[in-house]
Amino acid sequence: MNLRRDVFQAIADPTRRAILLLVATQSMSAGAIAANFDTARPTVSKHLQILTECELLEYEQSGREIYYHLNAAKMKEIADFIEPFRKSWDDRFNKLENLMKKYKPKK
Amino acid sequence: MEQKTKVNAENGQQELVITREFDLPVELVFQAFTEPELIEQWMGTKVLKMENRKHGGWQFETKDANGNVVFKANGVIHDYQPNEKITRTFQMENAPFDVQLEFLEFEKITGDTSKLKMQIVYRSVSLRDQMLKLPFAQGINMAHNRLQEVLKKLVVKQ
Repeated sequence: MNLRRDVFQAIADPTRRAILLLVATQSMSAGAIAANFDTARPTVSKHLQILTECELLEYEQSGREIYYHLNAAKMKEIADFIEPFRKSWDDRFNKLENLMKKYKPKK
Repeated sequence: MEQKTKVNAENGQQELVITREFDLPVELVFQAFTEPELIEQWMGTKVLKMENRKHGGWQFETKDANGNVVFKANGVIHDYQPNEKITRTFQMENAPFDVQLEFLEFEKITGDTSKLKMQIVYRSVSLRDQMLKLPFAQGINMAHNRLQEVLKKLVVKQ
């Protein structure tokens, strides 16, 4: 598993969580986002890259600037992170139910 | 709509509980968990061993189309009461996850409906959380793999 693409790894970092909060309500250019942090611009760029790889951020090129905004659908998925686990068991149990409804005892 | 399968995983606990109601008599649900030919059909894995008794053991194995083993798991059965209860361990082989303890309780609701409660206990809270996130992480990885395949095709065309 590529850890950098692990969305939970991505949101474990406080700077990255702060970036997500910044762009939650508005699109912001990379420069405007970086201006909110004391860290070096390349470090912020790296965080933006990781968040984009995890699909938590989406971006649009506008002239020479790249504008980032939050991918709300992906954030919702994280809130529901138990759902894929539940779904995998639900699928399995549905199969069991269909199988046994057709099952004729060999007695 | 009421969900038929529920997962209860409380924060900071090293266990989770899966419950499911079936439109089936409890005997049929129990049978689906114990007969190898039936397990193979709904679990989608090959059953190498299934000794349905106290002190018995079990082994599952799944191969891909090329014959490579992609999933292998085993455990022992600690308690076995037909149509009521199975207590067993579960461990994936060649995976960095420790053994887990499973309590399966089968309960009759009416003549043709029943309920299953699966309580799974993990070694630690973090291991439980990791197992919970596994299908989610796989989903994301699959999405990325698909994206990479699409990108590869685009590169080839150019």
